[in-house]
Amino acid sequence: MRIHRRRGVSALATIASLALLVTACGGDDDDDGENSGKVTITVEGWRPGDEQGTIDAVKTQAEAFMKENPDIVVEPVEWEWSAETFATQLAGGTLPTTFRVPFTDTKGLAERQQIADVTEYVEALPYSAEFNPSVLEAAKGTDGKIYGLPTDVYGVGLHYNRALFEEAGLDPDSPPTTWDEVRSDAKAIADSTGQAGYVQMTSNNTGGWMLTTLTYALGGRMQSEDGTESTVDNDATAEGLQMLHDMRWSDASMGKNTNFEWGTVNEAFAAGKVGMYMSGSDVYNALVTTNQVDPDSYGLAVLPLGDSGETGILGGGSVSAVSAKATPEEAEAAVAWNDFYREKKNYDPDAAVADAEVLQASDQPIGTPTLPIFDEATWQGVQDAVQPFWNVPRDQMSSFTDGVFEQALIPEPSSHTQEVYAILDSVVQKVLTDENADIEALLGDANDKAQQLLDAS
Amino acid sequence: MTVTAPAPRPTRRRSLVDRLPRRLRNAVGPVVFLIPMLVVFGLFSWWPIVRSFIMSVQQTNLVTPAEFVGLDNFRAVLEDPLLGTAVQNTLWFAVLALVIGYPVPLALAVIMSDVRRARGLYALLAYLPVVIPPAVAVLLWKFFYDAEPTGVFNTILGWVGLGPVPWLEDPSWAMPALVMEATWAAAGGTVIIYLAALVTVRPELYDAAEVDGAGIWAKVWHVTLPQVRGIMLITLILQIIGTAQVFLEPYLFTDGGPDNATLTVLLLVYKYAFQNTTGGDYGKATALSLMLAAALAVLSLIYFRVTRRWSD
Repeated sequence: MRIHRRRGVSALATIASLALLVTACGGDDDDDGENSGKVTITVEGWRPGDEQGTIDAVKTQAEAFMKENPDIVVEPVEWEWSAETFATQLAGGTLPTTFRVPFTDTKGLAERQQIADVTEYVEALPYSAEFNPSVLEAAKGTDGKIYGLPTDVYGVGLHYNRALFEEAGLDPDSPPTTWDEVRSDAKAIADSTGQAGYVQMTSNNTGGWMLTTLTYALGGRMQSEDGTESTVDNDATAEGLQMLHDMRWSDASMGKNTNFEWGTVNEAFAAGKVGMYMSGSDVYNALVTTNQVDPDSYGLAVLPLGDSGETGILGGGSVSAVSAKATPEEAEAAVAWNDFYREKKNYDPDAAVADAEVLQASDQPIGTPTLPIFDEATWQGVQDAVQPFWNVPRDQMSSFTDGVFEQALIPEPSSHTQEVYAILDSVVQKVLTDENADIEALLGDANDKAQQLLDAS
Repeated sequence: MTVTAPAPRPTRRRSLVDRLPRRLRNAVGPVVFLIPMLVVFGLFSWWPIVRSFIMSVQQTNLVTPAEFVGLDNFRAVLEDPLLGTAVQNTLWFAVLALVIGYPVPLALAVIMSDVRRARGLYALLAYLPVVIPPAVAVLLWKFFYDAEPTGVFNTILGWVGLGPVPWLEDPSWAMPALVMEATWAAAGGTVIIYLAALVTVRPELYDAAEVDGAGIWAKVWHVTLPQVRGIMLITLILQIIGTAQVFLEPYLFTDGGPDNATLTVLLLVYKYAFQNTTGGDYGKATALSLMLAAALAVLSLIYFRVTRRWSD
């Protein structure tokens, strides 16, 4: 064989493989042709693992929206919020134009200029003046501008296992109403059943989140309202930590495992290892779809509040935000889509019924307690319309649904929320793993660190 | 015998390659095949390293243009109290891994090399943990390490009358627990390496030692170890560099807890970059990575200098 022919073949082979490599690196091209002149937006459509019914439902809604708005093209895509990958997705351009982010992250995202300022588009909506102010506050950045539409709202409640209650000789229809009762019920459960009576999240920033919830329930605050002064070492937090310490070490009612965060505590609860824990009132959805909890053993109680100070519950939810890389036209289209797809069912009973029908078709839980985004009357109207579709054990949640409206909804600390939570994680972990932890010293130290953070900005 | 003149070379057009001097001409083939590897390494290894250098002197959120901040990131990292904790924990992990994890593969290999039959089976069993995906292994062991008396390990300890151990829940137990799993997962690979090295030890040395009246321990100490000294030095530095970069076990087992007792340097890098929820401090993360890389490079240099005399 001639050398030069072999060389030619080898050269051709490598050029071909290089070409393949280069095309693999390339992204999708926009198809301009038929969509020129229209605004195209990609939207969060469904989560990984969602059923075909859910996917079809979103696409149907997208078609309906596009009919009403012929100059907008909506492409639903698969997406899930993940704090750790969000920034890189944004940088890499794989973020949809609009997506939902938790309340607790909204201010941080706004500060880092990762979501777009959509104040003018939100204020153009007909109901913009009717938002519940504390709910709208969660969708605002620290500069007071609006960064999205608040579309789901929940309050923190006390989830409890009815089966464990019965086994311990407690009445599952009378969940605890004070923190002393929580403590004694936890002890009863631990003594009779051997499972942890009460558990609280401690890691991945959820420790700080839950400690803040406990603080609010006992009447304290973690920061001054303007976010310039840290008050982590307040009496309510100290009282809460002391209670946790006593439950863990004197009563032995918190079990031996203390490393929990949002997902793992749900797992443990669904597996029947936990008697009571605090989390958002919407967690039942996850318990059913992800953890296969037994609906008969699930109960939701309103969070016990303390006697002194300005008590209340920590509120949470999702904000439908817009990517910082969106053009103004895309941002406007995104807000219109969010209004149509996510917000309408919160104020329009017909839209709520249509949404419930879709959920019913794909066997999703309907009726998990939420809180009003607008005023109570609007909320009630929607609830009444959807009631025939409810498939969650609402009477096992009556303590919450009856009592939550009497509780003040307090927003999370506004300044450096997640970083403060991370500092508090350490405090809670220490109290639960070291019997001789000095709570006062820990809180003083944490307050210094938190204050440094607040001063730095 | 006649000498025939070589057949006349057929004429052909000289291609571009043919016009190069011979040495270059011979290199064209290999270089052309190297290009894909160079491209892949360049894109995924070398360019990111260059980018880390750049990002470590910048403040960026990956979206808006980055601003140059000089050595601020390095200063911020050095002033972080968590850095001290992380370095201490990493050193503790490395020491524990040295004490627990370094002798185990060697001991296993020595024992296995003495076994007559089914040596292949033992090698397979030793290597099996290495084959299990690391994340799966960690999650499995996390389940075993349940601190309740009903946890798997606590139940087994209960059979011999030992109390339930808090494992991952207690700051003093957490790191040893991590090291045990890490040893189990990685020992197999090193066992195979040692087995290969042990095969090269000349049997006459063992016979000579036996003649001199050496028992098993003496044989191992005086014959086996000196002979595999070279390999042992290599695996030692590899282990040190590997344990200095431990991330998976602290991240999946305890996420740095309880109370930062298992926070290692690389986990701190991860937390700087990703855990402040919304795109954290890439500048600090890359600054710390570079400092770690520099420290390990210096360590390796010193190590090879010092051990040059000892290895063959």
